[in-house]
Amino acid sequence: MLLVHFLRDTCVLTGTHVGCETTLCGACTVLMEGKAVKSCTVLAVQADGSEITTIEGVAHNGDLHPLQQSFWECHALQCGYCTPGMILTGIDLLRNNPKPTREEIAHGLEGNLCRCTGYSHIIDAIESAAQKISKERQRA
Amino acid sequence: MTVSKRTGYFGKSIKRVEDPRLIKGIATYVDDLRLAGTLHTMILRSPYAHAKILSIQTGAAAALEGVVGVFTGTDINPNCGLLPCAAEAPDLKSPKHTVLANGRVYYVGHPVAVVVAADRYAARDALDLIEVDYDSLPVVSDPEKALQDGSPLTHPELGTNVAFTWSVASGDLDAEFAKADRIIKQRMVHQRLTPMAIEPRGCVASYNAGDGALTLWTSTQIPHLIRTLLPGMIGIPENRIRIVAPEVGGGFGSKLNLYVEEALCSHLSMRLKAPIKWIESRRENAMATIHGRDQVGEYEIAVKKNGTILAIRAKTIADIGSYLQLLTPAIPTLTGLMLPGCYKMNAIRMDVTGVYTHKMSTDAYRGAGRPEASYAIERIMDLVAADLGLDRIKLRLKHFPKPDKFPFHTASGLTYDSGNYRATLKKAQKLASWDTLLKRQAKERKSGKLFGVGVSTYVEICALGPSKMMAAGGWEWGCVRIEMSGKVTAITGVTPHGQGQETSFAQIVADHLGVPMEDIVVCRGDTSVAHYGRDTYGSRATALGGTALIMCIDKIVAKARQLAAHLLRAKVEDVVFRDGQFLVKGAPKTNIGWATLAQEAYLAKNLPANFEPGLEASSFFEPTNCTYPFGTHIVAVEVDRSTGEVKIRDYVAVDDCGHQVNPLLVEGQVQGGIAHSLGQALFERTVYDEEGQLLTGEFMDYPLPRAKDIPDYVMGSTVTPSPSNPMGIKGVGEAGTIGATPAIANAVMDALAPLGIRHLDLPLLPEKIWRAINDR
Repeated sequence: MLLVHFLRDTCVLTGTHVGCETTLCGACTVLMEGKAVKSCTVLAVQADGSEITTIEGVAHNGDLHPLQQSFWECHALQCGYCTPGMILTGIDLLRNNPKPTREEIAHGLEGNLCRCTGYSHIIDAIESAAQKISKERQRA
Repeated sequence: MTVSKRTGYFGKSIKRVEDPRLIKGIATYVDDLRLAGTLHTMILRSPYAHAKILSIQTGAAAALEGVVGVFTGTDINPNCGLLPCAAEAPDLKSPKHTVLANGRVYYVGHPVAVVVAADRYAARDALDLIEVDYDSLPVVSDPEKALQDGSPLTHPELGTNVAFTWSVASGDLDAEFAKADRIIKQRMVHQRLTPMAIEPRGCVASYNAGDGALTLWTSTQIPHLIRTLLPGMIGIPENRIRIVAPEVGGGFGSKLNLYVEEALCSHLSMRLKAPIKWIESRRENAMATIHGRDQVGEYEIAVKKNGTILAIRAKTIADIGSYLQLLTPAIPTLTGLMLPGCYKMNAIRMDVTGVYTHKMSTDAYRGAGRPEASYAIERIMDLVAADLGLDRIKLRLKHFPKPDKFPFHTASGLTYDSGNYRATLKKAQKLASWDTLLKRQAKERKSGKLFGVGVSTYVEICALGPSKMMAAGGWEWGCVRIEMSGKVTAITGVTPHGQGQETSFAQIVADHLGVPMEDIVVCRGDTSVAHYGRDTYGSRATALGGTALIMCIDKIVAKARQLAAHLLRAKVEDVVFRDGQFLVKGAPKTNIGWATLAQEAYLAKNLPANFEPGLEASSFFEPTNCTYPFGTHIVAVEVDRSTGEVKIRDYVAVDDCGHQVNPLLVEGQVQGGIAHSLGQALFERTVYDEEGQLLTGEFMDYPLPRAKDIPDYVMGSTVTPSPSNPMGIKGVGEAGTIGATPAIANAVMDALAPLGIRHLDLPLLPEKIWRAINDR
């Protein structure tokens, strides 16, 4: 059983989407031990014992994650199908590189396809989330 | 009708009300539905482009644990009607489009058998156990070869590969060509494309035997059109069918269709008395969801030495694949109608031949016939300028109709509603720092670089459209209800799937009723809620669906005014409506708002004589004309001489879609459209080999644009309101796809011009450019 089917069918966490089943589109991206993986090409047994974060677990105590906020504010989604994967990839990207340039963001999104937005607003959103997170850190 | 307000929410960049569910991952797409007792289907598809089915052995598959049934054409087709095509042509020849293959297959991906099982894994395993004995037959996959004598026939029973012919002609073409100083000729190939919405298609059908009713949840742009067409296939009347388009993960025209799988699942649910689910795989999406474009055209342009374009003659072949889908034959006709672009000319003729080949059907893919037209005419403008040694900007300006010449009658017989083409061109030139850009180009060229600047000044046809020109009604429907609590429910017949009308319609309704946006819920996409509608395609939703809602509000306000007069003990003519309040003239403190009115209207204890309870109205809006948005895109590119790779350096887009309800959403639509264009211009193409094998069946072989391919945009707009609807909206969903491809192509050809390369067909892949450079 694929991890994505385990999440969707067994856990009924349907926020993780299937777009290609071949690791190419990134709609099924989740975090496994904090790292972005394509759950359509991970077997559920391979994830046994691992901590998995899906889009449903990104908000904290009802507060949207800065990336969720920024995606909303920057109109970084239209049909929303690629969005969970984009947000989880964005989280991984900002964890590795808290102050990315636009070019670095675009490079980091190489494994995630969006057919609606043309990416520009997605890059805006990740840039703006980086600032939000850095401000939060300074405050903390 | 009330003239639209320009205050309040209208025109503001408001973030979308649909987004919270989408960014939290709690939206419901069709594959997210979990109906008790659902059975899962998988479809066995033909690996051959043309073959006779000698036998199908289903026994081993049927015996597999978890499998409920395996069905072939013999089981299904006698119980299902043929798939309909809504578009017409006088000489149209239609093959019988059965739900499953009827003894013969006509394209790779043709559905041959279906497995129904308790879960998707069992269904998938069972597919491998079905044995089909095929006898392969001669294949034709090239539309030009399909027209040659002795070509294999796609459907031998039709006796020809010609599906239909269609022409648009006006003016004295021969006389104009006789007057010409020069006739410029060019052949242009507009490649086949695959829409590739990130959510593949899918549906869940659930038949309720008790009331004889079917509910079909399907990833579609057109639940209402499906409700109209499905009864003819499955034998349940329209009023017992409910179609729901839940959250839909992108369409781009590929879900503007009725597909065999929708009828198949509906039939199986009736037959097996269980909910039936089918979810398309990406590979199936590439082979069995409609493709777009695929036209080959020979263009001849009659010109005077001074650059005056007298007339255009075009002959195009449209490769429509093996079957007619919903609108297949209509798509190339839009190319013919829009061929004159933004320009005055005396005569035009375009002859289209629709050709059957052993491939998937073509139909409406974002732009649907208009990108082919804008590409052809914008390449033509550059070719004419180059051949005559004229300035391409001056040539365009010379042929623009002036703003006071609108409504403008085109050589192809359309009436453009309004336009100011010069203004968008000038604005784009300003944003691109045109003169500096040309100086930069000269400098780059001097240093040996291949640097090109491209322009396209496009116009498109949107807000489709007056019913007379549509296959099944072009009106749009809406319903507005002030609930007893004073909250507002707005129901629309359009079916947004990413465009954001839950937000933009709430903005419109809030302004017109004078209530906060938060009090409004916009319902869409469910035929049991939105009873009628013509759905979302052709950049029509906001202009037409928004107007239908305003018509409803006008009716409600008129009715509420009577009730307000009664309750305020005033004459109806003395009551005015302002900012959500009904006031008595001269006594502004005597007023009453929606919450009180609604309660009185539904409690119905104190109503005027002959006053119907309730505050609800529905309306059909029938537009008098389409709208014609336009714009100018300017692109600077650099071509790597050693690899042929194209890099976009600058991108300026100035679009005029009339008044904008929500500029943030407009920007998103334009940028998304440009990305499709960028793919089409530089690397996207659907490839079949001579045997009709699909070589682009995955994202690996059919690359979509990625984030790193996207340039930084400079975006602007001008506003020329459309007189075709009271809000002056034109539509913007396809603008980027129509305007950008020719701008990019013109820029690349401009970069290659110093090498004497006149024209290359799309996509402008590095290899093609490298060969052109090195084969000179």
